[in-house]
Parts: sequence; structure tokens; C-alpha cells
Amino acid sequence: MPPNKPRHKPSRDPRTPMPERAAEVRRGDFDEVASGYSSDDAYREAMRCLQCNNPTCEAGCPVNIRIKDFVGAIIEGQPRRGVEILKERNALPAVCGRVCPQEEQCEAACVLAKKGDPVAIGRLERYLGDFDLACELEHRCVPETAEASGYRCAVVGSGPAGLACAGELARLGHEVTVFESLHAPGGVLTYGIPEFRLPKAIVEAEVGLLEEAGVRIVCDEVIGRIATVEELMTDEGFDAVFIGTGAGLPHFLGIPGENLNGVYSANEYLTRVNLMGAYEFPARADTPVWRGRKVAVVGAGNVAMDAARTAIRLGADEVFLVYRRTEEEMPARREEVHHAKQEGVEFKLLCSPLEITGSNGWVTGIVATRMELGETDESGRRAPVCVLGSDFEIECDTVVIAAGTGANPLTADAAPELERSRRGYIVTDDDGATSTPGVYAGGDIVTGAATVILAMGAGKKAARAMDVWMHQRTES
Amino acid sequence: MFPVVHTRQLSESVFEMGIEAPRIAAKARAGQFLMVRTTGRGERIPLTFSDWSEGEGWIRFIFMRVGKTTHELSHLSVGDSLADVVGPLGVPTHTEPVGRVAIVGGGVGAAVAFPVARAMAQAGSEVSVILGARTRELLVLQDEIAALPGVTLTVVTDDGTAGEKGLVTSPLKRLCEAGSIDRAFAVGPAIMMKFCAATAREYNVPITVSLNPIMVDGTGMCGACRVTVGGQTRFGCVEGPDFDGLAVDWEELMSRQRIYADDERAADSEFSRGCSCHL
Repeated sequence: MPPNKPRHKPSRDPRTPMPERAAEVRRGDFDEVASGYSSDDAYREAMRCLQCNNPTCEAGCPVNIRIKDFVGAIIEGQPRRGVEILKERNALPAVCGRVCPQEEQCEAACVLAKKGDPVAIGRLERYLGDFDLACELEHRCVPETAEASGYRCAVVGSGPAGLACAGELARLGHEVTVFESLHAPGGVLTYGIPEFRLPKAIVEAEVGLLEEAGVRIVCDEVIGRIATVEELMTDEGFDAVFIGTGAGLPHFLGIPGENLNGVYSANEYLTRVNLMGAYEFPARADTPVWRGRKVAVVGAGNVAMDAARTAIRLGADEVFLVYRRTEEEMPARREEVHHAKQEGVEFKLLCSPLEITGSNGWVTGIVATRMELGETDESGRRAPVCVLGSDFEIECDTVVIAAGTGANPLTADAAPELERSRRGYIVTDDDGATSTPGVYAGGDIVTGAATVILAMGAGKKAARAMDVWMHQRTES
Repeated sequence: MFPVVHTRQLSESVFEMGIEAPRIAAKARAGQFLMVRTTGRGERIPLTFSDWSEGEGWIRFIFMRVGKTTHELSHLSVGDSLADVVGPLGVPTHTEPVGRVAIVGGGVGAAVAFPVARAMAQAGSEVSVILGARTRELLVLQDEIAALPGVTLTVVTDDGTAGEKGLVTSPLKRLCEAGSIDRAFAVGPAIMMKFCAATAREYNVPITVSLNPIMVDGTGMCGACRVTVGGQTRFGCVEGPDFDGLAVDWEELMSRQRIYADDERAADSEFSRGCSCHL
């Protein structure tokens, strides 16, 4: 007879709120906004989980984390086991717990979401990720790796796609080298997402655990200049290569005045502040950033919210978010929109910039036109239409353009032979295989700008396909 | 870490440094550049390299002490290390034979003019180098360029302390006027390149310029280095640094180069105050 397991009685408590620092305090520094669940919070929230026989939440996760089981481990008071379960599928839980759009993925698929608030899966994931990182280094969970296969793989780019791919390849027993062009690994996690949303120490620690698992990370090397993908395979002896270089090239609007001093791409603005620590210039960092008094951020995705909230923290008196549709259509996560508003970002909706004006080479304002929403377009949203004769000027001394990114031409230099889409993205099959045998790709360089977890999913899937390909090639 | 294997002070404010970087040395081509970070808190700055040896695994670059980072660099000696060196970046200069070419190098621009002249001469072009500086002691790599086979050298200084007195545009104009060049290449301060381009335009001579906009990552990610060329926004780091000199918006380039001038001065004077050697 199997022992009787006590039946789980889910609580009917409301969703446990995430503790966060008050807006008026946090807008003055770069420390993290959300402080994370205590173990009591985590237990209370985990108890809301129905522990469904058929956990639909897991199907909503791009890397199919065993959500039911890790939540179950919290209920049973065994966070250590929860971490192990999480790390079987996701090498960066503390990162994903902070930046994944859970509301559109696992949490959207939670049974409780049908009648009310879903289980706060993301917050529980973060709780376990942080639990692991709070342990002494030697007690942290390093996923077990298979016996050494003798195969060597190169991963180009150390962002979410590359790290997930590298982690999975290492787990499968392969020797992995990750090439990063910047001086620190993490890709967008390091240069793009601000400290107040994802502390760099968290990224460093989780990347450090991947290194513990045998992943070698080489910074300061630009594939496409120092070696091509072909050279990695022919001269440097890699059996397979994964390209996860992201879509880093910033888009501009193509309007007059965009090269005036004081106009930034969101990438430059965020890189100066996050990667280079410009908010501590000149006391503790040597890279400056222009600290405007009136900052206009154009766009309404997560990157735009990050830029606007960064401008607040750099001491701007007024920060405007300029967006051509309404709040309804904003691509940013609700939580980030809410945080931005709390911190004092002013939303100028239904307006579209026509021109950036300047004097003596520096920005003085944006000429914008009012918009209204017309018919539904191919994006499924109502298309903004200009209101004729409604031009007006927004006075500002800094403009940050957060209008998305495209494929970097350097990636094409790295592997000119690969089939590409019209917009320069690499064409792959469902497993990430490109037109060249042994070369795989995933993340934003395949899909265009997407989310951290989708990139991680693509990296992981490609790793499995690389594993199969390397073994098959040897056998045949 | 990248060990320093060679340092040489070329003048009061100009320095040459060699570092061990075998992977970069194996791929370096004339006209490309490096991103360098001195310390863990340092800025990433673009520096063009002047020489390299694939066999010995080193690269050399030349810099003028202008701000905190270059000031800090100038204090390093053999045995020290740089935190980060990335390269070779940018598209190499086209050095295939083009007949008769004039290469203008102003100030530390000589760091680029030297390998470009060498590569062009080796490829079979007839090369005239015009090397200019404000004053004699700011002339860089004069002996190295003079020693290049198949290269004729003209030296110009603003104050006449070496070579002919005047601006680099005078000998360039003479060559253009005599119809003795098919192409020109200029590298140096933006204002110098602007006037070289104006001279070339006058005589319908195509001119390539090697631009030096502000950069952060140097790999096309941030867009800081954007320049307007032929009315279009181009990224200096991945599409350049070489562009058609006749199509560059020089006023915009020069304005953008000054964005952080105040910050740089503040950081450098702060650094100099705390610095014990008072260079």
C-alpha cells in the first residue's frame, strides 16, 4: 500500500501582493522596486494553487517548467527541492521571475485565472531563484550534467537565448564556449534592463552558476570580426554553433532632427546607465550621460518604460511618454506601466512626433500631431490616424527613441552564407536549424524583438536539436 | 585582461601603447579600430590601431591624452594590463590598387594613415602621404611613414617648425591641381577632414574619410556613433569608419563630438587632482 499523502486543501485567499518600495522613495535611486516575497508570503500564495491533475500553466510556459511541482515543494516547505525542479528546465529563475511576462504565459493559462486572480507563478519563481542565490556559493543548485560527450559547441551572444542554449548543452554533456562582444555577459539583461527592475548582481550570480556547470564565457570577442561562424567550425574545431546575437540595432523614426545632441536611442541611454553605470558618474563611473530636465521618451513598450523610469531617477523634473495609440494598445507589461505612472511619468497619448526641433545643435522640443484610432490594422489593433492641423510642440531637452530594434549588420558578417529574411533576420526551422548544417540560431535574431523567456525557449530547443545533430552526424 | 607589452611617449600628450592580443592581431586590417576600457569602472573608448604583428601576437595603438580615460592609459607601463580590448572593429579600409592616391593624416590620425599607406603601397597603388600637425612635436609616426617603400611623404605644420608651414590642404590642393592623384583618403580631426573634402570636391577627386564619432559599444547596438552621410543616418562603428567624404554632414559630426565635452573636462580635472604624479 502506498502511504497516504495528505490531500492538498487550496486556500481561497486573494492573491498575495508583491511588497514594493514606495514610489516617492524609489524614484530617487536605482535600487530594486519590488522587494520579493518572504517565505510566509510564498507559502500563502503557493497554497492558492489547486495542484491540478492537468496543470495547464505548464503548457503556457515556453520552457515547460514543472510549475505544479515547484509550487508543491513550497507548499511542503521544501524550497531547496523547488529550486532543483525549477533548474531542471530554467537556468535563470531569479531573472525570469523578475522579467518574464507571466501574465501572458503561465499565469494566463492558470485555472484560477478563469474566475479571478491566477496563482502568482512568477513571484514564486523569483522567490525560489532568490532563495538559491541567498545560499552560500557552494550550496547553490548547479544542475547535474551528463557524462562528457566529447563534442564542442560555440554559442554566439550571452543574452537569454545564448545562456539558455549554453546551459542546456552543458547539461547534455557538451563542452560549451559562449562568445560575448561586450565586457560583461548577459546581453540585454545586462545592458538593457535597469538595475531597479533586474539587479546586475542577480544576472552575475545566475551566469556564475552556469560557469560552475562548465560553461566557458569569453567576453570582448565579436564574432563577425574576430572570427566568422564558419571559422569557428573549421579552424577552431567547434562541432556546432548557436547564434543568439539578438536584434540590437536601434530603429529611429526617420524624422528631422533625430541626430541632434540630446537625442538618444533607448539602447544607448540604457547602456550608458546600466552597463556603464553612468548614474554614478563621475564619482564611481567614468561614462557620462546627459541628464535632461525635461525628457520625452517615444514609444510604449517595456524598453520605453525602462527609459522613462531611468530618466526620473537621473533627476529629470518632467518625463513624458509619447505614444501614438492609447494605453489600451501599449505593448509594455501592465505592471511596468503602473510603476511608471506611480513614479510620475506623464503619458502623452494619441500623439505622434513629426520633427525634433533644436537650437545650437541641441534638442529643444518635439513637434507632434494628435492622432485618433481608426480601423483595425494587421497587428489587430486600431490604427492611429493623424488629426489634420493638430500639430503642437512638446518642450524638452532630451529625447529617447524606444521604437524597437532590427538585425545588426555585424551578424550578417559573422555568417553571410545563412538564409535571411527580407529584414535581415536569420531563417530557421522550428528547432532553430539554419540553412547551414550544424549552425543553429534563436531569439531575437530569428524572431525580431520578443521576450526573454521566448528567447530562452528558442535557445533550449536549439540545444536539443544540436545535440541530436552532432550525434547523428557521427553515427552516419 | 590584456597585458601592456610596449609603451612610448611620442610627445608631451601623445602616446603609443602595445598590448598582447593575439586573436585581434591575427585579424587586424588597416583602417579598423578597437574599443578599449582601462579599468572596471572605465569608459569604453574607440582607438584606432597603428600596427600589429600576427606572428608575435601584439597590436599597437596611439592616443592623445585628452580626457580621464586617455590620461589613465598614459599612466600604464609594461606589466600593467587593460581591463578590456575588443576588436578589430569596423570595416577595413579598401586598399585594393586605385592608381595614385593621396593619404592625409592629421595629428593622431597618423595612427590610421600609416597602416593604410602601407597596405595601399603593398597592393600596388602609388601613395603620397601628407602628414600634418599643429607643431613639430605633435607629428606622429613621421619616420615610420618615411621609411615605407613606394611612399612619398610631405610634412606640414601649422607653425612651420617642421616641413612646410601651413595646412595639409595646401599640398593636397597641389596634387589635385597637378592632376597627379586619382583618389584621396583623409583621417584626423573632423575640421581637417572637412577641408580636405572641400579641396577634393573642387577638383572632382573622390575622397574617403575615416570618421571618429563618439561610441559606446562599437558593435552597432547603441547608435551613439550615427552620422549623416548623403542625407542618410549611418552607424560609424559597423558601417564605417570610412565614408564618402563628399557626402558627410560635417557640422552635425562636429556638434555630436562635443556632446560630453563638459563632463569629460570635469572628470579629467577631478582625476588629475587626485593623481600623485602631476603629469
